[in-house]
Amino acid sequence: METTVAPVIEIKNLTKRYSESGPIVIDSLNLTIQPGEFVAIVGASGCGKSTLLNILSGLEKPSSGSVELNAKASLMFQESALLPWLTAGKNIELALKLSGYPPENRRARAQELLELVHLSHAYNQRPHELSGGMRQRVAIARAIAQDRKILLMDEPFSALDAITRDLLHDELIRIWEETGLAVLFVTHNVREAVRLGQRVILMSSKPGKIIRQWKIDFAQPRRIDSNDVAHFASAITDQLRQEIIRHA
Amino acid sequence: MPNFEYIPDDQIKEARQKQLESLSAGLDNLESDSGSKTSVSKRALKAIAPLAAVVIVLAIWQLLVILKWQPTWVLPSPAMVVDSLVQQYNQGLLVPSAINSLRRGVQGFAISLLIATPIGIALGLNANLRAIARPIITGLQQLPSVAWVPAAIIWFGLSDATIFAVILLGAVPSIANGLISGIDQIPPIYLRAGKVLGARGLTSITHIVVPAAWPGYLAGLEQGWAFAWRSLMAAELIAIAPSLGPGLGQMLDTGRQLGDMSLVLGAIVTIMVVGVLVERLVFSPIRQNTLRNRGLLHAR
Ligand SMILES: Nc1ncnc2c1ncn2[C@@H]1O[C@H](COP(=O)(O)OP(=O)(O)O)[C@@H](O)[C@H]1O
Ligand SMILES: [Mg+2]
Repeated sequence: METTVAPVIEIKNLTKRYSESGPIVIDSLNLTIQPGEFVAIVGASGCGKSTLLNILSGLEKPSSGSVELNAKASLMFQESALLPWLTAGKNIELALKLSGYPPENRRARAQELLELVHLSHAYNQRPHELSGGMRQRVAIARAIAQDRKILLMDEPFSALDAITRDLLHDELIRIWEETGLAVLFVTHNVREAVRLGQRVILMSSKPGKIIRQWKIDFAQPRRIDSNDVAHFASAITDQLRQEIIRHA
Repeated sequence: MPNFEYIPDDQIKEARQKQLESLSAGLDNLESDSGSKTSVSKRALKAIAPLAAVVIVLAIWQLLVILKWQPTWVLPSPAMVVDSLVQQYNQGLLVPSAINSLRRGVQGFAISLLIATPIGIALGLNANLRAIARPIITGLQQLPSVAWVPAAIIWFGLSDATIFAVILLGAVPSIANGLISGIDQIPPIYLRAGKVLGARGLTSITHIVVPAAWPGYLAGLEQGWAFAWRSLMAAELIAIAPSLGPGLGQMLDTGRQLGDMSLVLGAIVTIMVVGVLVERLVFSPIRQNTLRNRGLLHAR
């Protein structure tokens, strides 16, 4: 059954160094992601998580190995990266424009996307007038505007307070269920990874490799303070600590 | 036996959805700032302050005249200056002079803008080009553009071209340098965001680079205008010919030739007023608007 569906992302033996003589940042990494799958990647700071997403989004080139995406990906950053000279609505319209959406429908589509993230009133607001959580929701809407099958998220909620982050977890899962996107979500927060992912991948540092994966199979909506999440999170945290101790 | 109430799945989902929406709305209202407004008295003070400055200068001036600090052919009274401006107006000279100067200034500035913008973008984006060309631009910027007037007269004769050449040499380096600094100061995240959104080449320049560099570019434009206006006055003062028509610089020179201090001061005041009006009516609103839109206004 599983083999009949082509994966959206297939990474084989990916190796990355930023310069010829520089350290290996990512070392022969293999990873396959299925359509509509939600995969969370955890790892210590500096282990190459951002590098991996940048390669997948085309911002960086692999040094060797192959990266195959059967659809284009959109990428969301830790800071919202909304363009401050445009309103929330116009930020989304720019994404629509640059991905070739017909001009006459852009405004209506942007409004629809704002409704998707529960911000229908925010069309004319400037990024600086929005709270951090609202900015990240607009950024989600802008990423979805690009109409891609893959959403890459690089610690998108780590600058937010716990209450807002909790809410955005719920929102993100709802949007993922509604859109059927494949999501690759990078975080250094183990509980967040377990709260969100169907699969949690632990990366080692220096060089970055996948050391272990966990299948998280209990149903959404999960709560970040539930026993199930805590149970998985403590197992993963133990491994992560061992990995960090290895570098002491 | 406990009593289970049957709730259909989609109803649970709907309820969850509703709750999520209210939670969102609640947080949004708690977190976002409701927009601080400057008080009426503060705004009134801001509007009155420049007028107060004018009144103070006039009062001191008038006082010096009353005290007979200097004879009136050296320091005429404000009323005499106004009188000579009225005279110029009645002779049909004041308005055409001001308009003609302003036209040359605006045209020269517009040409400068068209030349400086591609230069600024090219040098802002290409480090090699910049290493070669920036010293030239900075050198030009250091040189007062009046120094070009004799050369321009030899090259172009006594024509508008001479005056435009001098304006260009004053304004182009400022505008280009402003744009280059603006590009240098673009937070890298915006360029990355642009790439991720699919902006490449010209789309990236028009949709990301220029708007992101706009604050620096605008500062360059303001400085460029100030240089253009100064260069224009210097050029008009030196290059005088019937073919060039009237101008504020020429008016200044007429005053000098007649030994008419009221006229000289009248021309100076007019040059200043035109400069201030352009700043107040054109650049200042654009700058305020930019700062407000980008949320940079509260800080000051
Ligand atoms: N543009 C770059 N040039 C050189 N080294 C880089 C660059 N970006 C990241 N690195 C290095 O690669 C390693 C992994 O970085 P990164 O992918 O940002 O890690 P993470 O996102 O997991 O914190 C770090 O050691 C970092 O210093
Ligand atoms: Mg990172």
